[in-house]
Amino acid sequence: MFALLKKSPISARIGFAIVLLNVLVAIFAPLVAPYGETSVVGNVWESFSDEFLLGTDHLGRDLMTRMIYGARNTIALAFVTTALSFILGVSLGFVAATKGGWTDQFFSRIIDIVMAFPTLIFALMILSVMGATIPVLIFTIAILDSTRVYRLSRAVAMDIEVLDFVEAARLRGEGLWWIMRHEILPNAMPPLVAEFGLRFCFVFLFIASLSFLGLGLQPPLADWGGMVRENAGAITFGIYVPLIPAAAIAFLTVGVNLIVDWFLHLSSGLHE
Amino acid sequence: MKNVLLLVGKRSLASLVTIFVISIIIFIGVELLPGDVAETVLGQSATPETVQAFRQELKLDLPPHVRYGAWLKDLSHGDFGTSLANGRPVAELIGWRFANTLFLAGMAALIAVPLAIVLGMLAAFYRNTFFDKCISIVTLSFISFPEFFIAYILIALFAVQLNIFPSMATINESMGLGAKIYAVLLPALTLTCVVTAHMMRQTRAAIINVLSKAYIEMAEVKGVRRLRIIMLHAFPNSLSPVINVIALNLAYLVVGVVVVEVVFVYPGLGQLLVDSVAKRDIPVVQASGLIFASAYIFLNLMADVLSMLVNPRLRQSQQ
Amino acid sequence: MQGDNILKIENLFIEGYYEEQWNTIVDNVSLNLKRGEVLGLIGESGAGKSTIGLAAMGYARQGCRLASGSIKLEGQELMGADDETLRALRGAKIAYVAQSAAASFNPFHKIIRQYAESPVQHGIMGYEEAEREAIEIYRRLFLPDPEKIGFRYPHELSGGQLQRAMVAMAMACEPEIIVFDEPTTALDVTTQIEVLAAVKEITRKMNKAALYITHDLAVVAQVAHRIMVLKGGKLVEEGEARSLIKNPREKYTRDLLSVRTLREEKSLTEDMDTILRVKGVEASYTGKERVLEDINLTVKRGRTVAVVGESGSGKSTLAKVITGILPPLKGTISFFGNDLSADLASRDRDALRRLQMIYQMPDTALNPRQTVRTTIGRPLEFYFGIRGQEAEERIRGLLTKIKLDPDSYIDRMTTDLSGGEKQRICIARALAAEPDLIICDEVTSALDQLVGEGILTLLQDLQNEMNISYLFITHDLATVKAIADKIIIMLEGRIVEQGEKKQILAPPYHEYTDKLLASVPEMDTEWLDKLLAERASSYLETVPN
Repeated sequence: MFALLKKSPISARIGFAIVLLNVLVAIFAPLVAPYGETSVVGNVWESFSDEFLLGTDHLGRDLMTRMIYGARNTIALAFVTTALSFILGVSLGFVAATKGGWTDQFFSRIIDIVMAFPTLIFALMILSVMGATIPVLIFTIAILDSTRVYRLSRAVAMDIEVLDFVEAARLRGEGLWWIMRHEILPNAMPPLVAEFGLRFCFVFLFIASLSFLGLGLQPPLADWGGMVRENAGAITFGIYVPLIPAAAIAFLTVGVNLIVDWFLHLSSGLHE
Repeated sequence: MKNVLLLVGKRSLASLVTIFVISIIIFIGVELLPGDVAETVLGQSATPETVQAFRQELKLDLPPHVRYGAWLKDLSHGDFGTSLANGRPVAELIGWRFANTLFLAGMAALIAVPLAIVLGMLAAFYRNTFFDKCISIVTLSFISFPEFFIAYILIALFAVQLNIFPSMATINESMGLGAKIYAVLLPALTLTCVVTAHMMRQTRAAIINVLSKAYIEMAEVKGVRRLRIIMLHAFPNSLSPVINVIALNLAYLVVGVVVVEVVFVYPGLGQLLVDSVAKRDIPVVQASGLIFASAYIFLNLMADVLSMLVNPRLRQSQQ
Repeated sequence: MQGDNILKIENLFIEGYYEEQWNTIVDNVSLNLKRGEVLGLIGESGAGKSTIGLAAMGYARQGCRLASGSIKLEGQELMGADDETLRALRGAKIAYVAQSAAASFNPFHKIIRQYAESPVQHGIMGYEEAEREAIEIYRRLFLPDPEKIGFRYPHELSGGQLQRAMVAMAMACEPEIIVFDEPTTALDVTTQIEVLAAVKEITRKMNKAALYITHDLAVVAQVAHRIMVLKGGKLVEEGEARSLIKNPREKYTRDLLSVRTLREEKSLTEDMDTILRVKGVEASYTGKERVLEDINLTVKRGRTVAVVGESGSGKSTLAKVITGILPPLKGTISFFGNDLSADLASRDRDALRRLQMIYQMPDTALNPRQTVRTTIGRPLEFYFGIRGQEAEERIRGLLTKIKLDPDSYIDRMTTDLSGGEKQRICIARALAAEPDLIICDEVTSALDQLVGEGILTLLQDLQNEMNISYLFITHDLATVKAIADKIIIMLEGRIVEQGEKKQILAPPYHEYTDKLLASVPEMDTEWLDKLLAERASSYLETVPN
């Protein structure tokens, strides 16, 4: 892993640096944040100063502090949701591909229908009915997103499934579980890892958009999408506070995408 | 040709069934409301009269399948029910907002589609050059940006700094076409950035895939001119994937419009949907959700049908 | 009939970009081609023969470059010539026929339009004239229904027809030279004859010069005046076709030429153990169309049964039915006297163990994420519960058996092996189960000739040592001659003939067997001419005046 990193191009290294920075900040948020998450410490929309590195927000809270806690809340939520979506999507996808027949038909038709419905609209409708609480948010997005993961992992597993070494394992008498674990999964790893990165970006942006629309994490919890919304009014006064959390979102997504790009390049090169 | 019609027919039928199933899901969604729907939605300040009105509006006294049937029947007459928030008919609320949304999405598509195809083709032909790499980095960034980030950058630049466009896209029915276009230019530009990036990357990939085919090499060793190879050999074969890419991104556009409408306080369907979700105005949410879903499904259907039509294998089958 | 040099390549070096650097793939090759002469370029994969063929047109594939040397076409230097000059020559003076016609025709346009493109673009003739000429040349190349066939789309023609349509397309501008790049490799033997006849028509009757690229010496012997043998991008030897085949100077050429040693006859008697008996089997993928009908066969202990047929004959489906992947609609399969259940899931582990399989493509038959140790160790663990030190010793023993050095191979990833080595690992994996019968599905057809022969020799040695039976599925009659005790010939899902080798391969022949045998090119430069003459005369006899 370290050797690979040494050979990686500059773009991937930048990506790694960005992700690492964000993750560290998120983990050690209470240690690095200058003030408390919700404490009002200054006036409304104060500009940059030694006291408030990034100025203050619409309620006079330190923006730097809000950003740091925002990293923690937003990234953790996106990560948990993506992980859940993956567990769901990959296991259903693999089962559909290896079992085939009715199982496959059943899952695939359901997922066709869910995918025919635009994700954002679906999510908005569910949230309007169930209310925007964190568990509802996680499950709704994870289930909607797992349809994409299902499609990919099913397709990847189908490609591997037809190869002779899988047939050889079947002829040997190996069970379904063993075949999925030892023959299919190791060969499906490169596309799945790349997809995890892409799905994380998608979920992360999606949650940010929902928060921006006022339907994600609820105040006073700090999260980047919500911070853009709260401070949106500032922009017409020529105060660019909302651009800071928006840029942070963009920054992290670019970082993850740079790594995924390199990884895709790497794994396609290894295949040749 | 008969074959294609059959396939198109089958595909359209599948879309109809999907819309039907989705209408059921939307309907059941309301059923799943925990506790007493009326009180949950209306809150504690609800008077007995408003609760009663709400129950009547949603016909909560009848059994579910009867209600579903009645709802569907009303829908087919263009009756979407009455808004809980302000008591106006939903159809009236939705009507011109939907037109506004289509206008905005259409503007964005008009700029994005030709731009994406030209850029995609150029990037494919000059692949791995400096030009290609620049384009690749720019599009990768645009894909990574949330829509509202692009929107606020554009506002900061064009509305606040340069002061040439309004930061809010307010339009009304009395405005002329020119004024309307001027008003929606910034939101349309925002959407264009996002959609072009996706579309261009996929177009590039589709064309590179075709250019690596053996028949392109054959045309080259036959001494056919490069431009002719591109126009007559590469282009028709990449048509099907590219059409698919365009239609899918238009479908995305219809949905992506929601966030942009909120940023620019644009009176479109997306804005209405978000407001209604916040107010839990269920009939409006149901109706606008169904419209968005139908538009999305329709564009996906177009993608499939068009790529079937340009595929010679299907068009020219023997039977 | 042969005159001056029309193509002259001198000291050609070509480089390819892989593993992050430029590597020489054609190493100092020179050749001369005279007007009306056919030069055969022969070699195994990686010999650089296709690259040279394309270089003759001043063309290098993506990721390759013409590094140095000289390529002169009618005295004109192509090395470093500008794109427009090269474009004007390609198709007009020198044309190309690719290996896969199915991939080389644009699926979007009709065949005849693609024929006309080159002459119209080069300003040689108008579209209508090109169409008339196309029909004429389709007729000369024996395409069925020449007036109409051009107005179809590529996917509506068969493989052999498309290949001939591509030969026709190469002739569109009446070029001086045609480069044939393995034009018959993807075809069945009986279809190959049609294309070879078309090639012969062009080179002999129309007196065109040609570079004929192939890996099959017997094929090139039919069409070439001179032959160049290439290996690893270098010239091995060059000579007049007849004399090179009769008296090869280099050992490599002799190896390529050597007729496979026929194995000693083993007796097949009624009282021998029958280990596999297939009775009245019918099978179908869809439930309607039968891909196998009325299949009856037996395999005896320690003997090899070869199942021969062209593509679509159902021979691979037969393997699927026996292994239980495709349960038959009717009929029984018994193994050591016990009926095997039709589907895989309900067969017992011991039956599975005793019946092993080796595949055509060693690349996909091995899990690319496993080491040699895991690959061979798994059946040991699965069937016998052998693990740890004992497994290690067994694996090393098996590697020695397949003639790979245990120390240097046991820890390798399967992706780090060559095609031949991979196939050997597949054999070891099958042997680890200590099977009684191994089904070999086209095990040599994805390998180079010499490597494939190594595998056949190994399989024979293993049989002699361990008394294993083989069911050998193949399209290649040369392989059959080399290894079979018993031959089964299949056509369109049925067995047309079966019996002991000496009986099948001696007259009187069954009609289809005769056609198959006659279609296999022989190492005799006269073979194709004789065959075509024979067919023509028998055709004349049957047509009343």
